[in-house]
Amino acid sequence: MQIRVVPGSGAAIYRQIADQVQRAVAAGELAVGDPLPSVRALAKELVVNPNTVAKAYAELVADGVLETQPGRGVFVTERRAVYSQDERLRRLDEALETAVNESIRLDFSNAEILERMSVQLDKLNSRGKQNG
Amino acid sequence: MAESDVIRTRRLTRYFGHKAVVEELDFAVPRGQIVGLLGLNGAGKTTTIRMLLGLLEPTRGSCEVLGVDSRCLTPETRARIGHTVEGHFLYPWMRVRECERFGRETHPRWDGGFFERSVRRFGIDTEAKVAWLSRGQRAGVSLASTLASNPELLILDDPALGLDPVSRRALNETILEFCQSGQRSVLLSSHLLDDVERVADRVALMVDGTMVVNTTIDHFRARIAAWTIDAPDSPTAAGNLSMPVPIPRIVNCRPLGQRWQVTVVDPDEDTRAALSAIESRAMEPADVTFEDAVLAYLSRSRVYHSFYTEDAS
Repeated sequence: MQIRVVPGSGAAIYRQIADQVQRAVAAGELAVGDPLPSVRALAKELVVNPNTVAKAYAELVADGVLETQPGRGVFVTERRAVYSQDERLRRLDEALETAVNESIRLDFSNAEILERMSVQLDKLNSRGKQNG
Repeated sequence: MAESDVIRTRRLTRYFGHKAVVEELDFAVPRGQIVGLLGLNGAGKTTTIRMLLGLLEPTRGSCEVLGVDSRCLTPETRARIGHTVEGHFLYPWMRVRECERFGRETHPRWDGGFFERSVRRFGIDTEAKVAWLSRGQRAGVSLASTLASNPELLILDDPALGLDPVSRRALNETILEFCQSGQRSVLLSSHLLDDVERVADRVALMVDGTMVVNTTIDHFRARIAAWTIDAPDSPTAAGNLSMPVPIPRIVNCRPLGQRWQVTVVDPDEDTRAALSAIESRAMEPADVTFEDAVLAYLSRSRVYHSFYTEDAS
């Protein structure tokens, strides 16, 4: 998995790192148990302050995406439910709202949007199976 | 001075003639942190650095470096502070390896390995004469010499000035490697906001000799918010610069094509009320980049003096 950061963009650098790891896990590019580069190694690779990488990892640990195994490093973990059901729904709605707004602006019908959505989900699921 | 601060200024003030170039500066660099010092040319960055290094007497106030008043730094304390000057002076007749030997013989805690690695990053041949090197490579040699002397505190005055992209990357890598242990601290004056966002923990922003921002990069970003407003006239001026509409906590308002971008620090109820009172066709929140946030402060100082509000600083 290749992480890239762009300074000077709307998202803070730690957020860019966290989002990319999260996406890689969701897309099955990273499977449960896969190791991540150490904070120091990733900071060196991206030429960023190590505290920035540490902050991204800490957030992913808090969100239940990664876990720290003392002395061994950071790994992708079995997804734990860290949010309550209400909170999960709220976050889902928030994410969908952006996608829906964009889709409607492009003049697609409900049926078309739903169909593309399920194609996307199928693609994700099959990719996850291949790698897992 | 807190044990953990490597730099501390107290109401530090310096006049040149009748002009206060640095005024009532209260500022600290915590140990183990990389602090980006930003500001327009003439904001007082270099003057502050010269006072920290004991090269210039403060008119009033004081500053301490590594726990010692800058006016009485001993050679022992100086040896623990590394600094580069604008332009990176080196003896042009020396070869790079002679610069290394020169450093080794004049610094008790010389780290030859660090020197080697640093010059390699800048793509420098150690047999080359300093006079043959590009500006970026000279910066590399100067930085490598400063860092290999193993200082606890590094003060860099605009080291990236005029560097090519390869040298800029090498500079960032070298600074980060230098700080790897977490015990060394850096004060980095720069105009390259992308590089500061990459390497720094904290940002200190000087405007007209005073410090208007001094916090972590993430905190700084989180506090700044912006809106784009689709309105025919500047929302702060209402068509008349002498009668600005007050928006609490505004930093800056600038034209953006047919619209206006209003940047605000710590927006509260009053800010939102003032914004919604503006007659506009549309108003929406805008993404704020680190650069936007810094520029909002800097361009305010240059253009919008009349919109200063106590709150925003």
